[in-house]
Amino acid sequence: MLKILKYSFYDLMRSRWSYVYFAFYLLLGIVLLFLNNDLSKAVITLMNVIIILVPLIGTIFGVMYYYNSKEFTELLLAQPLKRSSIFLGQYLGVAISLSMSLILGLGLPFVFYGLFESSAIWDFSLLLITGTFLTLIFTALAFNIALSNENKIKGFGYAILLWLFLAVIYDGIFLMILIGFEEYPLDKVSLIGTMLNPIDLSRTLILLKLDISALLGYTGAIFKQFFGTSFGLIVSFIALSLWVIVPVLRIVYKSKKKDF
Amino acid sequence: MVTIQGLHKKFGKNLVLSGLDLSISAGGIFAILGPNGSGKTTLIKSVLGMVIPDKGDITVLGKNITQNSDYRHQIDYLPQIANFPSNLKVRELIKMIKDLRKSTKEDERLIELFKLTPFLDKKLGQLSGGTKQKVNLVLTFMFDSPIIILDEPTSGLDPISMLRLKDLIQTEKEKGKTILITSHIMSFVEEISDEIVFILEGKIYFKGTISELKTKTNQPDFEHAIASILTDNHA
Repeated sequence: MLKILKYSFYDLMRSRWSYVYFAFYLLLGIVLLFLNNDLSKAVITLMNVIIILVPLIGTIFGVMYYYNSKEFTELLLAQPLKRSSIFLGQYLGVAISLSMSLILGLGLPFVFYGLFESSAIWDFSLLLITGTFLTLIFTALAFNIALSNENKIKGFGYAILLWLFLAVIYDGIFLMILIGFEEYPLDKVSLIGTMLNPIDLSRTLILLKLDISALLGYTGAIFKQFFGTSFGLIVSFIALSLWVIVPVLRIVYKSKKKDF
Repeated sequence: MVTIQGLHKKFGKNLVLSGLDLSISAGGIFAILGPNGSGKTTLIKSVLGMVIPDKGDITVLGKNITQNSDYRHQIDYLPQIANFPSNLKVRELIKMIKDLRKSTKEDERLIELFKLTPFLDKKLGQLSGGTKQKVNLVLTFMFDSPIIILDEPTSGLDPISMLRLKDLIQTEKEKGKTILITSHIMSFVEEISDEIVFILEGKIYFKGTISELKTKTNQPDFEHAIASILTDNHA
Protein backbone atom coordinates (compact mmCIF):
# COMPACT_ATOMS: atom_id res chain seq x y z
CA MET A 1 0.00 0.00 0.00
CA LEU A 2 2.84 2.39 0.78
CA LYS A 3 4.14 2.11 -2.77
CA ILE A 4 0.75 3.02 -4.23
CA LEU A 5 0.49 5.85 -1.74
CA LYS A 6 3.90 7.04 -2.83
CA TYR A 7 3.01 7.03 -6.51
CA SER A 8 -0.42 8.65 -6.04
CA PHE A 9 1.11 11.30 -3.87
CA TYR A 10 3.92 11.87 -6.33
CA ASP A 11 1.42 12.04 -9.18
CA LEU A 12 -0.65 14.66 -7.34
CA MET A 13 2.38 16.66 -6.30
CA ARG A 14 3.18 17.05 -9.97
CA SER A 15 -0.29 18.12 -10.90
CA ARG A 16 -1.01 21.80 -11.05
CA TRP A 17 -4.08 21.54 -8.84
CA SER A 18 -2.21 20.81 -5.62
CA TYR A 19 -0.26 24.02 -6.16
CA VAL A 20 -3.37 26.03 -6.96
CA TYR A 21 -4.96 24.77 -3.76
CA PHE A 22 -1.79 25.48 -1.79
CA ALA A 23 -1.46 28.96 -3.32
CA PHE A 24 -5.11 29.69 -2.57
CA TYR A 25 -4.67 28.96 1.14
CA LEU A 26 -1.41 30.85 1.23
CA LEU A 27 -3.12 33.89 -0.25
CA LEU A 28 -6.15 33.50 1.99
CA GLY A 29 -3.94 33.34 5.07
CA ILE A 30 -1.95 36.42 4.07
CA VAL A 31 -5.00 38.47 3.11
CA LEU A 32 -6.88 37.61 6.30
CA LEU A 33 -3.94 38.47 8.49
CA PHE A 34 -3.41 41.69 6.59
CA LEU A 35 -7.04 42.74 6.83
CA ASN A 36 -7.72 41.69 10.41
CA ASN A 37 -4.33 42.60 11.72
CA ASP A 38 -5.04 40.24 14.59
CA LEU A 39 -4.40 36.53 14.90
CA SER A 40 -7.50 35.45 16.83
CA LYS A 41 -9.84 37.42 14.58
CA ALA A 42 -8.21 35.94 11.52
CA VAL A 43 -8.75 32.48 13.00
CA ILE A 44 -12.50 33.12 13.31
CA THR A 45 -12.84 34.33 9.73
CA LEU A 46 -10.73 31.44 8.57
CA MET A 47 -12.99 28.98 10.34
CA ASN A 48 -15.99 30.06 8.33
CA VAL A 49 -14.07 29.60 5.11
CA ILE A 50 -12.54 26.26 6.09
CA ILE A 51 -15.78 24.69 7.30
CA ILE A 52 -17.40 25.18 3.91
CA LEU A 53 -14.49 25.05 1.53
CA VAL A 54 -12.45 22.12 2.78
CA PRO A 55 -15.32 19.64 2.39
CA LEU A 56 -16.08 21.00 -1.07
CA ILE A 57 -12.48 20.69 -2.26
CA GLY A 58 -12.14 17.24 -0.67
CA THR A 59 -15.28 16.01 -2.42
CA ILE A 60 -14.48 17.42 -5.84
CA PHE A 61 -10.85 16.39 -5.72
CA GLY A 62 -11.66 12.90 -4.53
CA VAL A 63 -14.20 12.25 -7.28
CA MET A 64 -12.00 13.86 -9.93
CA TYR A 65 -8.92 11.91 -8.91
CA TYR A 66 -10.77 8.61 -8.91
CA TYR A 67 -12.20 9.07 -12.38
CA ASN A 68 -8.98 10.51 -13.78
CA SER A 69 -6.81 7.72 -12.51
CA LYS A 70 -9.01 4.93 -13.82
CA GLU A 71 -6.30 3.91 -16.27
CA PHE A 72 -3.67 3.87 -13.57
CA THR A 73 -6.01 1.78 -11.41
CA GLU A 74 -6.57 -0.74 -14.18
CA LEU A 75 -2.86 -1.03 -14.74
CA LEU A 76 -2.38 -1.68 -11.04
CA LEU A 77 -5.18 -4.23 -10.82
CA ALA A 78 -3.35 -6.57 -13.18
CA GLN A 79 -0.28 -6.46 -10.95
CA PRO A 80 0.15 -8.70 -7.94
CA LEU A 81 -1.35 -6.20 -5.53
CA LYS A 82 -4.24 -6.40 -3.12
CA ARG A 83 -7.28 -4.42 -4.15
CA SER A 84 -7.65 -2.86 -0.76
CA SER A 85 -4.08 -1.60 -0.87
CA ILE A 86 -4.59 -0.07 -4.32
CA PHE A 87 -7.64 1.92 -3.30
CA LEU A 88 -6.51 2.80 0.20
CA GLY A 89 -3.18 3.90 -1.21
CA GLN A 90 -4.89 6.17 -3.71
CA TYR A 91 -7.29 7.52 -1.12
CA LEU A 92 -4.51 8.33 1.31
CA GLY A 93 -2.47 9.86 -1.51
CA VAL A 94 -5.27 12.33 -2.28
CA ALA A 95 -6.22 13.00 1.33
CA ILE A 96 -2.67 13.52 2.52
CA SER A 97 -1.68 15.81 -0.32
CA LEU A 98 -4.82 17.91 0.22
CA SER A 99 -4.19 18.08 3.95
CA MET A 100 -0.62 19.11 3.30
CA SER A 101 -1.69 21.93 1.02
CA LEU A 102 -4.08 23.09 3.73
CA ILE A 103 -1.63 22.86 6.61
CA LEU A 104 1.30 24.39 4.77
CA GLY A 105 -0.75 26.98 2.90
CA LEU A 106 -2.38 28.32 6.05
CA GLY A 107 0.43 27.49 8.41
CA LEU A 108 3.22 29.41 6.70
CA PRO A 109 1.66 32.91 6.79
CA PHE A 110 0.49 32.43 10.38
CA VAL A 111 3.89 31.21 11.52
CA PHE A 112 5.58 34.19 9.91
CA TYR A 113 3.08 36.50 11.52
CA GLY A 114 4.19 35.26 14.90
CA LEU A 115 1.85 32.41 15.69
CA PHE A 116 4.19 30.74 18.13
CA GLU A 117 4.32 33.75 20.43
CA SER A 118 0.58 34.21 20.33
CA SER A 119 -2.14 32.72 22.49
CA ALA A 120 -4.09 31.79 19.36
CA ILE A 121 -1.83 28.84 18.67
CA TRP A 122 -4.21 26.27 20.20
CA ASP A 123 -7.22 27.65 18.40
CA PHE A 124 -5.25 27.62 15.20
CA SER A 125 -4.04 24.05 15.72
CA LEU A 126 -7.60 22.93 16.40
CA LEU A 127 -8.61 24.62 13.17
CA LEU A 128 -5.98 22.72 11.22
CA ILE A 129 -6.82 19.42 12.95
CA THR A 130 -10.52 19.70 12.12
CA GLY A 131 -9.58 20.85 8.60
CA THR A 132 -7.52 17.68 8.17
CA PHE A 133 -10.36 15.56 9.56
CA LEU A 134 -12.79 17.17 7.13
CA THR A 135 -10.41 16.48 4.24
CA LEU A 136 -10.10 12.82 5.27
CA ILE A 137 -13.86 12.48 5.70
CA PHE A 138 -14.96 14.11 2.48
CA THR A 139 -12.30 12.50 0.31
CA ALA A 140 -13.41 9.11 1.66
CA LEU A 141 -17.07 9.93 0.95
CA ALA A 142 -16.12 11.07 -2.56
CA PHE A 143 -14.26 7.81 -3.21
CA ASN A 144 -17.34 5.92 -2.07
CA ILE A 145 -19.54 7.79 -4.48
CA ALA A 146 -17.11 7.35 -7.35
CA LEU A 147 -16.72 3.62 -6.67
CA SER A 148 -20.47 3.14 -6.79
CA ASN A 149 -21.04 5.17 -9.96
CA GLU A 150 -19.48 4.28 -13.29
CA ASN A 151 -20.99 7.39 -14.85
CA LYS A 152 -18.77 10.39 -14.20
CA ILE A 153 -21.51 12.98 -14.46
CA LYS A 154 -23.70 11.09 -12.00
CA GLY A 155 -20.77 10.67 -9.67
CA PHE A 156 -20.00 14.39 -9.73
CA GLY A 157 -23.67 15.20 -9.25
CA TYR A 158 -24.04 13.00 -6.19
CA ALA A 159 -20.81 14.32 -4.73
CA ILE A 160 -21.92 17.94 -5.04
CA LEU A 161 -25.33 17.04 -3.63
CA LEU A 162 -23.73 15.35 -0.65
CA TRP A 163 -21.66 18.44 0.04
CA LEU A 164 -24.64 20.72 -0.38
CA PHE A 165 -26.68 18.53 1.94
CA LEU A 166 -24.15 18.41 4.74
CA ALA A 167 -22.99 22.01 4.39
CA VAL A 168 -26.31 23.78 3.87
CA ILE A 169 -29.49 21.70 3.72
CA TYR A 170 -28.79 19.72 6.89
CA ASP A 171 -28.61 22.93 8.92
CA GLY A 172 -31.89 24.11 7.42
CA ILE A 173 -33.71 20.89 8.34
CA PHE A 174 -32.09 20.89 11.74
CA LEU A 175 -33.26 24.44 12.40
CA MET A 176 -36.80 23.64 11.28
CA ILE A 177 -36.92 20.69 13.67
CA LEU A 178 -35.73 22.91 16.49
CA ILE A 179 -38.41 25.50 15.72
CA GLY A 180 -41.15 22.93 15.20
CA PHE A 181 -40.52 21.24 18.53
CA GLU A 182 -39.58 24.30 20.51
CA GLU A 183 -41.93 23.45 23.39
CA TYR A 184 -39.93 20.31 24.11
CA PRO A 185 -36.50 20.06 25.70
CA LEU A 186 -34.16 19.97 22.74
CA ASP A 187 -30.69 20.01 24.22
CA LYS A 188 -30.07 16.27 23.68
CA VAL A 189 -31.55 16.33 20.19
CA SER A 190 -29.41 19.25 19.14
CA LEU A 191 -26.30 17.64 20.58
CA ILE A 192 -26.93 14.43 18.68
CA GLY A 193 -27.88 16.34 15.55
CA THR A 194 -24.58 18.16 15.71
CA MET A 195 -22.66 14.94 16.16
CA LEU A 196 -24.23 13.39 13.08
CA ASN A 197 -22.89 15.99 10.68
CA PRO A 198 -19.10 16.34 10.49
CA ILE A 199 -19.32 19.92 9.28
CA ASP A 200 -21.56 21.01 12.17
CA LEU A 201 -19.44 19.09 14.59
CA SER A 202 -16.26 20.82 13.44
CA ARG A 203 -17.90 24.21 13.51
CA THR A 204 -19.21 23.73 17.05
CA LEU A 205 -15.86 22.42 18.25
CA ILE A 206 -14.01 25.46 16.97
CA LEU A 207 -16.63 28.00 18.02
CA LEU A 208 -16.63 26.75 21.58
CA LYS A 209 -12.88 26.67 21.70
CA LEU A 210 -12.85 30.29 20.56
CA ASP A 211 -14.90 31.24 23.61
CA ILE A 212 -17.59 33.05 21.77
CA SER A 213 -20.23 30.60 22.94
CA ALA A 214 -21.70 33.35 25.08
CA LEU A 215 -23.25 34.59 21.88
CA LEU A 216 -25.14 31.34 21.50
CA GLY A 217 -27.44 31.87 24.52
CA TYR A 218 -28.94 28.99 26.46
CA THR A 219 -28.17 26.26 23.92
CA GLY A 220 -24.66 27.57 23.83
CA ALA A 221 -24.38 27.04 27.54
CA ILE A 222 -25.43 23.42 27.21
CA PHE A 223 -23.04 22.93 24.33
CA LYS A 224 -20.29 24.54 26.31
CA GLN A 225 -21.05 22.19 29.17
CA PHE A 226 -20.64 19.25 26.84
CA PHE A 227 -18.01 20.19 24.28
CA GLY A 228 -16.04 22.36 26.69
CA THR A 229 -15.09 19.40 28.86
CA SER A 230 -12.41 16.95 27.92
CA PHE A 231 -15.09 14.26 27.79
CA GLY A 232 -16.96 16.24 25.13
CA LEU A 233 -13.77 16.83 23.20
CA ILE A 234 -12.95 13.12 23.22
CA VAL A 235 -16.47 12.16 22.15
CA SER A 236 -16.30 14.69 19.31
CA PHE A 237 -12.99 13.36 18.07
CA ILE A 238 -14.33 9.82 18.27
CA ALA A 239 -17.31 10.94 16.18
CA LEU A 240 -15.00 12.56 13.62
CA SER A 241 -12.83 9.43 13.52
CA LEU A 242 -15.92 7.31 12.94
CA TRP A 243 -16.77 9.57 10.04
CA VAL A 244 -13.39 8.65 8.56
CA ILE A 245 -13.35 4.95 9.46
CA VAL A 246 -16.81 3.98 8.26
CA PRO A 247 -16.42 5.36 4.70
CA VAL A 248 -12.91 3.92 4.47
CA LEU A 249 -14.22 0.48 5.43
CA ARG A 250 -16.84 0.82 2.75
CA ILE A 251 -14.12 1.68 0.20
CA VAL A 252 -12.38 -1.60 1.08
CA TYR A 253 -15.63 -3.57 0.95
CA LYS A 254 -16.88 -2.00 -2.30
CA SER A 255 -13.54 -2.31 -4.09
CA LYS A 256 -13.40 -6.04 -3.39
CA LYS A 257 -16.69 -6.62 -5.22
CA LYS A 258 -16.21 -4.34 -8.20
CA ASP A 259 -15.54 -5.44 -11.78
CA PHE A 260 -13.01 -3.61 -13.90
CA MET B 1 -1.99 -24.57 -15.36
CA VAL B 2 -5.34 -22.81 -15.45
CA THR B 3 -8.63 -24.54 -14.64
CA ILE B 4 -12.00 -22.90 -14.82
CA GLN B 5 -15.18 -24.58 -13.64
CA GLY B 6 -18.76 -23.43 -14.05
CA LEU B 7 -17.94 -19.76 -14.55
CA HIS B 8 -20.97 -17.46 -14.56
CA LYS B 9 -20.89 -13.72 -15.02
CA LYS B 10 -23.65 -11.22 -15.60
CA PHE B 11 -23.25 -7.49 -16.16
CA GLY B 12 -26.59 -6.06 -15.17
CA LYS B 13 -29.05 -7.98 -17.34
CA ASN B 14 -26.44 -8.98 -19.84
CA LEU B 15 -25.40 -12.60 -19.32
CA VAL B 16 -21.83 -12.87 -20.60
CA LEU B 17 -20.52 -16.18 -19.30
CA SER B 18 -22.91 -19.01 -18.55
CA GLY B 19 -21.24 -22.01 -16.98
CA LEU B 20 -17.94 -21.94 -18.80
CA ASP B 21 -15.54 -24.83 -18.18
CA LEU B 22 -12.00 -24.68 -19.46
CA SER B 23 -8.75 -26.33 -18.63
CA ILE B 24 -5.48 -25.11 -20.06
CA SER B 25 -2.50 -27.42 -19.77
CA ALA B 26 1.06 -26.24 -19.28
CA GLY B 27 3.07 -25.10 -22.27
CA GLY B 28 1.86 -23.95 -25.67
CA ILE B 29 -0.04 -21.13 -27.28
CA PHE B 30 -3.81 -21.06 -26.86
CA ALA B 31 -5.91 -18.68 -28.91
CA ILE B 32 -9.22 -17.63 -27.41
CA LEU B 33 -11.62 -16.77 -30.20
CA GLY B 34 -15.22 -15.73 -30.48
CA PRO B 35 -17.45 -13.04 -31.92
CA ASN B 36 -17.55 -9.54 -30.43
CA GLY B 37 -19.11 -9.54 -27.01
CA SER B 38 -18.77 -13.29 -26.56
CA GLY B 39 -16.94 -12.87 -23.27
CA LYS B 40 -13.28 -13.30 -24.22
CA THR B 41 -12.09 -10.30 -22.28
CA THR B 42 -14.43 -11.11 -19.39
CA LEU B 43 -12.93 -14.60 -19.26
CA ILE B 44 -9.39 -13.24 -19.22
CA LYS B 45 -10.22 -10.60 -16.65
CA SER B 46 -11.82 -13.23 -14.43
CA VAL B 47 -8.61 -15.24 -14.49
CA LEU B 48 -6.74 -12.08 -13.54
CA GLY B 49 -9.18 -11.32 -10.74
CA MET B 50 -10.23 -8.00 -12.26
CA VAL B 51 -13.76 -9.24 -12.81
CA ILE B 52 -15.37 -11.04 -9.88
CA PRO B 53 -17.36 -14.05 -11.15
CA ASP B 54 -20.92 -14.59 -9.93
CA LYS B 55 -20.35 -18.34 -9.68
CA GLY B 56 -17.59 -20.79 -10.46
CA ASP B 57 -14.04 -21.63 -9.50
CA ILE B 58 -10.78 -20.61 -11.09
CA THR B 59 -7.48 -22.17 -10.15
CA VAL B 60 -4.13 -21.00 -11.42
CA LEU B 61 -1.13 -23.28 -10.83
CA GLY B 62 -3.21 -25.35 -8.43
CA LYS B 63 -4.32 -22.44 -6.25
CA ASN B 64 -7.79 -20.98 -6.05
CA ILE B 65 -7.47 -17.35 -7.07
CA THR B 66 -10.00 -15.95 -4.62
CA GLN B 67 -7.69 -16.58 -1.70
CA ASN B 68 -4.94 -14.08 -2.41
CA SER B 69 -3.38 -11.99 -5.12
CA ASP B 70 0.09 -13.56 -5.08
CA TYR B 71 -0.70 -15.83 -8.02
CA ARG B 72 -0.57 -12.76 -10.23
CA HIS B 73 3.21 -12.83 -9.82
CA GLN B 74 3.00 -15.83 -12.16
CA ILE B 75 1.02 -14.00 -14.87
CA ASP B 76 2.10 -11.38 -17.38
CA TYR B 77 -0.91 -9.58 -18.78
CA LEU B 78 -1.24 -7.34 -21.82
CA PRO B 79 -4.45 -5.32 -21.57
CA GLN B 80 -6.57 -4.77 -24.65
CA ILE B 81 -6.47 -1.01 -24.75
CA ALA B 82 -3.25 0.53 -23.62
CA ASN B 83 -4.52 3.04 -21.11
CA PHE B 84 -1.73 4.58 -19.15
CA PRO B 85 -1.58 7.56 -16.82
CA SER B 86 -0.94 10.27 -19.39
CA ASN B 87 1.32 12.52 -17.35
CA LEU B 88 3.95 9.85 -16.71
CA LYS B 89 7.03 9.42 -18.87
CA VAL B 90 7.68 6.03 -20.47
CA ARG B 91 10.84 5.62 -18.40
CA GLU B 92 8.99 6.41 -15.18
CA LEU B 93 6.18 4.00 -15.96
CA ILE B 94 8.60 1.14 -16.59
CA LYS B 95 10.48 1.99 -13.41
CA MET B 96 7.24 2.14 -11.44
CA ILE B 97 5.98 -1.24 -12.63
CA LYS B 98 9.36 -2.79 -11.86
CA ASP B 99 9.20 -1.26 -8.41
CA LEU B 100 5.73 -2.71 -7.86
CA ARG B 101 6.54 -6.19 -9.10
CA LYS B 102 10.19 -7.06 -9.09
CA SER B 103 13.45 -5.89 -10.51
CA THR B 104 14.40 -7.08 -14.01
CA LYS B 105 16.98 -6.30 -16.65
CA GLU B 106 14.86 -7.66 -19.47
CA ASP B 107 13.26 -4.28 -20.23
CA GLU B 108 16.44 -2.91 -21.84
CA ARG B 109 16.49 -5.70 -24.39
CA LEU B 110 12.79 -5.21 -25.18
CA ILE B 111 13.14 -1.45 -25.51
CA GLU B 112 15.94 -2.10 -27.97
CA LEU B 113 13.85 -4.71 -29.79
CA PHE B 114 10.86 -2.41 -30.30
CA LYS B 115 13.09 0.64 -30.92
CA LEU B 116 11.56 2.62 -28.07
CA THR B 117 14.72 4.43 -26.94
CA PRO B 118 13.75 7.82 -28.51
CA PHE B 119 10.40 7.73 -26.69
CA LEU B 120 11.69 7.03 -23.18
CA ASP B 121 11.49 10.65 -22.06
CA LYS B 122 8.17 11.39 -23.72
CA LYS B 123 4.95 11.45 -21.76
CA LEU B 124 2.56 8.58 -22.38
CA GLY B 125 -0.22 10.96 -23.37
CA GLN B 126 1.83 12.14 -26.33
CA LEU B 127 2.48 8.71 -27.82
CA SER B 128 0.67 7.27 -30.82
CA GLY B 129 -1.52 4.18 -30.43
CA GLY B 130 1.08 1.85 -31.91
CA THR B 131 3.88 3.20 -29.73
CA LYS B 132 1.71 2.83 -26.65
CA GLN B 133 1.09 -0.77 -27.63
CA LYS B 134 4.85 -1.32 -27.85
CA VAL B 135 5.30 0.12 -24.36
CA ASN B 136 2.49 -2.18 -23.30
CA LEU B 137 4.38 -5.14 -24.78
CA VAL B 138 7.60 -4.17 -22.99
CA LEU B 139 5.73 -4.00 -19.68
CA THR B 140 4.20 -7.42 -20.30
CA PHE B 141 7.22 -9.34 -21.49
CA MET B 142 9.82 -7.92 -19.14
CA PHE B 143 8.86 -10.27 -16.30
CA ASP B 144 9.71 -13.87 -16.85
CA SER B 145 6.42 -15.44 -15.68
CA PRO B 146 5.17 -18.92 -16.59
CA ILE B 147 1.78 -17.67 -17.84
CA ILE B 148 1.36 -14.89 -20.40
CA ILE B 149 -2.05 -13.46 -21.30
CA LEU B 150 -2.27 -11.25 -24.35
CA ASP B 151 -5.51 -9.43 -25.16
CA GLU B 152 -5.39 -8.24 -28.79
CA PRO B 153 -1.58 -7.96 -28.88
CA THR B 154 -1.41 -6.92 -32.53
CA SER B 155 -3.61 -3.83 -32.39
CA GLY B 156 -1.91 -0.78 -33.84
CA LEU B 157 1.40 -2.49 -34.60
CA ASP B 158 3.30 -1.90 -37.85
CA PRO B 159 4.40 -4.95 -39.89
CA ILE B 160 7.96 -5.01 -38.56
CA SER B 161 6.85 -4.84 -34.94
CA MET B 162 4.31 -7.54 -35.70
CA LEU B 163 7.11 -9.83 -36.92
CA ARG B 164 9.13 -9.05 -33.81
CA LEU B 165 6.12 -9.81 -31.65
CA LYS B 166 5.64 -13.19 -33.33
CA ASP B 167 9.30 -14.04 -32.74
CA LEU B 168 8.99 -12.93 -29.16
CA ILE B 169 5.94 -15.11 -28.59
CA GLN B 170 7.70 -18.10 -30.18
CA THR B 171 10.78 -17.67 -27.97
CA GLU B 172 8.60 -17.49 -24.88
CA LYS B 173 6.80 -20.64 -25.97
CA GLU B 174 10.09 -22.47 -26.39
CA LYS B 175 10.86 -21.66 -22.78
CA GLY B 176 7.83 -23.81 -21.94
CA LYS B 177 5.44 -21.02 -21.03
CA THR B 178 1.67 -21.07 -21.33
CA ILE B 179 0.43 -18.27 -23.53
CA LEU B 180 -3.20 -17.22 -23.93
CA ILE B 181 -4.02 -14.89 -26.81
CA THR B 182 -7.17 -13.25 -28.07
CA SER B 183 -7.15 -11.77 -31.53
CA HIS B 184 -9.46 -10.98 -34.41
CA ILE B 185 -6.70 -11.36 -36.96
CA MET B 186 -7.19 -14.91 -38.18
CA SER B 187 -3.92 -15.20 -40.11
CA PHE B 188 -2.03 -14.25 -36.95
CA VAL B 189 -3.92 -16.81 -34.90
CA GLU B 190 -3.44 -19.53 -37.49
CA GLU B 191 0.27 -18.88 -37.69
CA ILE B 192 1.14 -18.95 -34.01
CA SER B 193 -1.42 -20.89 -32.04
CA ASP B 194 -1.17 -24.55 -31.07
CA GLU B 195 -4.75 -24.84 -29.93
CA ILE B 196 -7.83 -22.73 -30.23
CA VAL B 197 -10.66 -22.20 -27.78
CA PHE B 198 -13.84 -20.92 -29.35
CA ILE B 199 -16.33 -19.14 -27.10
CA LEU B 200 -19.92 -18.76 -28.16
CA GLU B 201 -22.78 -17.46 -26.05
CA GLY B 202 -20.82 -17.67 -22.84
CA LYS B 203 -19.69 -21.29 -23.23
CA ILE B 204 -16.81 -23.12 -24.87
CA TYR B 205 -18.05 -24.17 -28.29
CA PHE B 206 -14.88 -25.80 -29.47
CA LYS B 207 -11.45 -26.59 -28.07
CA GLY B 208 -8.74 -28.28 -30.10
CA THR B 209 -6.19 -27.83 -32.83
CA ILE B 210 -6.83 -25.94 -36.04
CA SER B 211 -6.84 -29.14 -38.14
CA GLU B 212 -9.45 -30.65 -35.84
CA LEU B 213 -11.58 -27.56 -36.37
CA LYS B 214 -11.24 -27.86 -40.13
CA THR B 215 -12.37 -31.49 -40.03
CA LYS B 216 -15.23 -30.70 -37.71
CA THR B 217 -16.58 -27.92 -39.88
CA ASN B 218 -15.67 -29.50 -43.20
CA GLN B 219 -13.91 -26.41 -44.39
CA PRO B 220 -10.57 -26.33 -46.23
CA ASP B 221 -9.15 -23.27 -44.49
CA PHE B 222 -9.18 -21.77 -41.03
CA GLU B 223 -10.92 -18.50 -41.79
CA HIS B 224 -13.85 -20.26 -43.43
CA ALA B 225 -14.03 -22.75 -40.60
CA ILE B 226 -14.49 -19.92 -38.10
CA ALA B 227 -16.98 -18.20 -40.39
CA SER B 228 -18.99 -21.40 -40.75
CA ILE B 229 -19.32 -21.74 -36.95
CA LEU B 230 -20.67 -18.23 -36.80
CA THR B 231 -23.11 -18.58 -39.68
CA ASP B 232 -24.35 -21.97 -38.47
CA ASN B 233 -25.08 -20.57 -35.07
CA HIS B 234 -26.61 -17.32 -36.10
CA ALA B 235 -28.65 -18.48 -39.06
